[in-house]
Amino acid sequence: MAHNLMLFYAFGAIAVVTSLLVVAQSNPVYSVLLLIGSFVALAGLYVLLAAPFVAVIQIIVYAGAIMVLFLFVVMLLNAPREDAVQSGIIESGAARVLGALLAIALVAELVWAVSRSGAAAVGATGEREHAWSVTEIGQIIFRDYAFAFEATSILILVAMVGAVALAGRHLAEKKS
Amino acid sequence: MAELNHYLMLSGVLFTIGTAGVLLRRNLITVLLSIEVMLNAVNLSFIAFGHFLGSADGQVIVFFVITVAAAEAAVGLALVISLFRHVETLNPDAFRRLRG
Amino acid sequence: MTPEGIAQLAILGFVFFMLLNSAAIMVYVERKVAARIQQRMGPTLVGPYGALQPLADIIKLAMKENLRPKSADRILFALAPIISAATAFIAFAVVPFGAETAFFGLLDRPVPLGVADVNVAILWVFAVTSMGVYGIVLAGWSSNSKYSLLGALRSSAQMISYELSYGMALAAVLVLANSMSLREIVDAQAGTWLGFVPRWLVFLQPVGFFVFMTAGVAETNRAPFDFPEAEQELVAGYHTEYSSMSFAMFFMAEYINMVTVSAVATNLYLGGWHGPFLPVWLGWIWFLLKVGFLLFFYVWMRWTLPRYRYDQLMAFGWKFLLPLSVINLLMTAAGVLYFGA
Repeated sequence: MAHNLMLFYAFGAIAVVTSLLVVAQSNPVYSVLLLIGSFVALAGLYVLLAAPFVAVIQIIVYAGAIMVLFLFVVMLLNAPREDAVQSGIIESGAARVLGALLAIALVAELVWAVSRSGAAAVGATGEREHAWSVTEIGQIIFRDYAFAFEATSILILVAMVGAVALAGRHLAEKKS
Repeated sequence: MAELNHYLMLSGVLFTIGTAGVLLRRNLITVLLSIEVMLNAVNLSFIAFGHFLGSADGQVIVFFVITVAAAEAAVGLALVISLFRHVETLNPDAFRRLRG
Repeated sequence: MTPEGIAQLAILGFVFFMLLNSAAIMVYVERKVAARIQQRMGPTLVGPYGALQPLADIIKLAMKENLRPKSADRILFALAPIISAATAFIAFAVVPFGAETAFFGLLDRPVPLGVADVNVAILWVFAVTSMGVYGIVLAGWSSNSKYSLLGALRSSAQMISYELSYGMALAAVLVLANSMSLREIVDAQAGTWLGFVPRWLVFLQPVGFFVFMTAGVAETNRAPFDFPEAEQELVAGYHTEYSSMSFAMFFMAEYINMVTVSAVATNLYLGGWHGPFLPVWLGWIWFLLKVGFLLFFYVWMRWTLPRYRYDQLMAFGWKFLLPLSVINLLMTAAGVLYFGA
């Protein structure tokens, strides 16, 4: 299906470009928004990979909740942009060249490693055409991964208490 | 038809971008955002492996990763806020002392 | 292109057109109903019974200058109303509004009345609504004005808080209907109990329906939860600095969101297009009537109830509505386990 490959390249390109801009952007508000773009592109890839449930969860939780939290913090802190001096994505010219070379080497190595690995052979084995339904995923979560599921719920509770305690500490200090 | 290799390479590129962000940027918020990029790169390869092996376990693991990412973002941002109250900057180099 | 494909495209165009119109119709209805509630006449001058008033409003808005504050963030200021309007339209994409029809035998295969039928429809509505927050937050932040920012923060905090109860109410319906496709949920409500009570989920889920509608009002930022635009405190909330057509886009988004919430509520709780007396292929008339009733209810409530205070709203959402919806979900699950599905 050439159709599918084209969609893969389109979503992949969006994801890579937006992620690059997230890292390169000096205004955090734009960074957050570009990251949302990247998440939506990845959600598109998940749909191509027969995982619509994860795609929707990605949008609800990542794009709809976590990123709103980031946006709130960025707006409320109203942090100054990184100044030119200290932002220094990279300061000196030599470091710039070296860094670029290393990055290219890393990506090249990665492409080489992936294409040498047996991953291509996997492609033929178990791929299925129809999407995984929510029922199937739910049964796996609650049967095979029930313990992990309960553990994450405790993790979330701990994180929630911790976040409130950390961010609200000055309120408690004021009161006492 | 996109093959597993395509997805793995895309995931690798995204992970590299995220790592670069964590290492290069001098803004705590952007560093946290770069960590999210890295997590997403990993999620993508989980789902790709799961899809091509015909198993839903990859999706279940991504489900857990997203949950953990939510917890991480909440605690991380709370830390950023309380740090910002002390020093009025988001530059990680400013946080060198253990006592505010 | 197959005739079915053309029919699908026609339905898509029709839905888009009707959603655009629904905003205009709702503005007129709202002004008329408000006037009647306050013992006034409402618009009477333009057209018969003032029915062309929305058209005059649109022309007036389009002729105005599109102002942008000097210190506003140019890109985001332009983007915010687009996000608001786009998410409002996209959410409706998965809402079916009638049974499958072959258009009097014009088509070989019947096509469903609805833009798209996906098996995670409910989650889709939920996901797109949660993206709508960005339009509001960005509008408030990019205007670089205190009123806008405060309005945006209030409204987004409100939307996020009420989304939880909204989701819990939806979950209870999912447990009962055993499906996430809106079409399957509607079809599960066909027929009657004891021969005269329609099998609508509202009779099994009265608490869920109450939670859903309350959270829906809060989600769409309507009175009595309309803090974002509490005129007395915040001027016009997040869209204080907007004018002309970009203001109109926020306005339109608000009304389309109302229509979407009412349509989803109709599908989930009121049996969608199923109803007595009419043949199945005219079911969309029932659908329109039910949605119209819910929309009237919205308007009625706005002009009857006073606005809550902001802290009351948050306390109501977190301390009353959320526990209520969790209890409702648990009771529903227990009931399904006990009586069987």
